[in-house]
Amino acid sequence: MMSLRAPVTRLGRRTAEAAHDPTAPALRIRALRVSYGKQTALEDVTFDLPAGARLAVVGPNGAGKSTLLKAIAGILPGDRGSIAVHGVAPEGHICIAYLPQRSEVDWRFPVTVADAVMMGRTGRLGPLHRPKESDRAIVQEALMRVDLADRGGRRIGDLSGGEQQRMFLARAIAQEAEVVLLDEPLAGLDISSQNEVLALLERLPKTTLLVALHDLGIAATRFEALLLLRGRVLGFGRPADVLRPETLRAAYGGSLRMVKAENGVLVVHDTACSGKDRGP
Amino acid sequence: MIHWLTTPFQYPFMVRAFAASVLVSGLCSIVGAYVVLRSMAFLGDALAHSVLPGIAAGLLVSGRGDRRSLFWWALGTAVAVALGVGWIGERGRLREDTAIGIVFAGMFALGVALLSTVRGFAVDLVHILFGNVLGVSMWDLQVIGGFGMVVLLIVVLFYKEFLVVTFDPTFAATLRIRASFYRRLLLVLVAVVVVVSLQTVGLGLMLAMLITPATTAFLLTRRLPWMMGIGAAVGILSGVLGLYLSFYWGIASGAAIVLVAIGFFLVALLVSRRRGLFRRRSPRDTPHHSVAAE
Repeated sequence: MMSLRAPVTRLGRRTAEAAHDPTAPALRIRALRVSYGKQTALEDVTFDLPAGARLAVVGPNGAGKSTLLKAIAGILPGDRGSIAVHGVAPEGHICIAYLPQRSEVDWRFPVTVADAVMMGRTGRLGPLHRPKESDRAIVQEALMRVDLADRGGRRIGDLSGGEQQRMFLARAIAQEAEVVLLDEPLAGLDISSQNEVLALLERLPKTTLLVALHDLGIAATRFEALLLLRGRVLGFGRPADVLRPETLRAAYGGSLRMVKAENGVLVVHDTACSGKDRGP
Repeated sequence: MIHWLTTPFQYPFMVRAFAASVLVSGLCSIVGAYVVLRSMAFLGDALAHSVLPGIAAGLLVSGRGDRRSLFWWALGTAVAVALGVGWIGERGRLREDTAIGIVFAGMFALGVALLSTVRGFAVDLVHILFGNVLGVSMWDLQVIGGFGMVVLLIVVLFYKEFLVVTFDPTFAATLRIRASFYRRLLLVLVAVVVVVSLQTVGLGLMLAMLITPATTAFLLTRRLPWMMGIGAAVGILSGVLGLYLSFYWGIASGAAIVLVAIGFFLVALLVSRRRGLFRRRSPRDTPHHSVAAE
C-alpha cells in the first residue's frame, strides 16, 4: 500500500459499545470515497455484507485494500459516502478488530504474548480499571483457541511469523470483536503457517471477516466471497463470478498469469511484487 | 570505606544533591521507557532545548535570581512545545522529525538571543546547559518530589492506555480509547520531567538521563513494568555513584552521573549480546519469505 498518515482519532469522546441494529447487515457501505490529501485512494465503493460472511479483498498493490479496511475500522475518515457496521457508524463500535500487517508492529517491544492479547481488553475495561481475573481467563481462552496456550509468557519477538499472526487473532478474540479486518495476514508466512491461519479463520464463530489478500489462488479456493478492487470495485460476489478474464485484466493489466484449474475456476497469480509485501 | 561513603552527607547541600539525583534519575528512567519505545529520543532532546527561551524570558521579566518564577516559565514553555509538537505530528504535512528539528533549533536560537541581552550571559548559559545539582534548594526538592508524584501516579493509572498507544497506535484507534489524548499526555509528562530535572543535569545532558537507563533496562528484560523498574534502579544507582565521583574527584556532577549510566549501558550491552537477546525473531521465520512472495 501507499504511505498512510498517522491514524486519525477523535479527541474528547469515550465511546461505549454502540447498540447493534439487528435488522441491518453486518456491513453496509454506500458510495464511499477515501482520499489522502488530493489523491483519491478509493472511490464509489458500495456493497453489503451479512453477519458471519467471510470476504477476501483482493486487487493489485495500491488498489486500496488497506485503505478500505482502515476506513471500515473507523481509523481513516471517508470524505464521501457512508459506512455502517451493524447499522451504526464505525466510530461507535469497539467490536471491530483491525489486525495490522505484521511489518507495521515493532516486534522488539517488551511485552509478552499474554500482555499483547490483554490489550484487546483495554477498550472493554475503560480507563482506570485494571484487568480482573475474568479478563485473564478470557485472554487464556483466546490463546487456547489459537493454539498459543503455552506461549503466553514468551516475548512477542520470539514468536514465528505464523504465531505472531495467531497472536493478533487471539487479541481480536479477547476484544470480543464481531467484525474482524485482517490486512495481508498471510504475507511472509510459509505454506504450513498460512494454512494454520486460514484454518483458524474458518473456525471463528459468529464473526464477519474481511481479509486483504494478494494471493488470488487462496482467495478463490478458501473464501466464499471476493471483492476485487482497483481504486474502485471491479467485482463483488462468488469467486467464479468475480475472477473472469475481463475483470482481471481491468484490475491487473498485464501483470498476471492465468491458469485454468480442473474445477473450472481460474486460478490467477499476481506476479507484481512490491516492497510492501515483504515480511517484517 | 564507611567513612568514605558517609563523608559527603556531612554537608547539607550534598544531602539535598543526593535526594535530587535519586528522584530525578528515577523519574527520568521511568518516563524514559516510553521515550525509548516510541523512538522519541530526538523529541526529548528538542523538548529540553526548547525550554531555553522560556527561562530567558523569565530572566528578563522577573529579574535575576528568582528561581521559582524561572521554573514556572520553563514549565509553561515545555508544555506548550510538547503540545505544539504533538499537534504538528498529527496534522503533519512535514515529517515529524523535520518539524521537531525546526522548532527545536528555532527555540534554542531564540533563547540564546534573549539571554545574550542579559548581562552575565555566559554564566547563566553554562548553568542552564549543565545544571548544578549541588545548588539544589529545599524548594527545588519539594517541586521535584511533588511533580514526580503526580507523574508517577499518571503513569500507573493510565498504564494500559499508554501501553496500547505506544505499541500499536492503529489498534488503539479501533479500541476507541482516546489515543491522541494519551499521546499528548505522554508528551506533557516528558516535558514536566525535563523541567523538574533541569537543575540537576541541565538541558545539555537531559537526553542521556531520559534514554540511557531505560535502554539499559530494555536490553535486560522482556516486560515493560520490569523495564521501568530496572531502568529506575539503574538510573538511581548512576545518580548516587555519579555524585560520589563528583564529590571526590571534582567532576561536574551532571556529567559524572551520565558517564556512570553509560557504563551500566555498556555492561548491559555485553551481557545481552552474550545471552543472545539481540536475536530479533525466531529462526523459523525468515527463510520462508520467498515462498509466500511468489
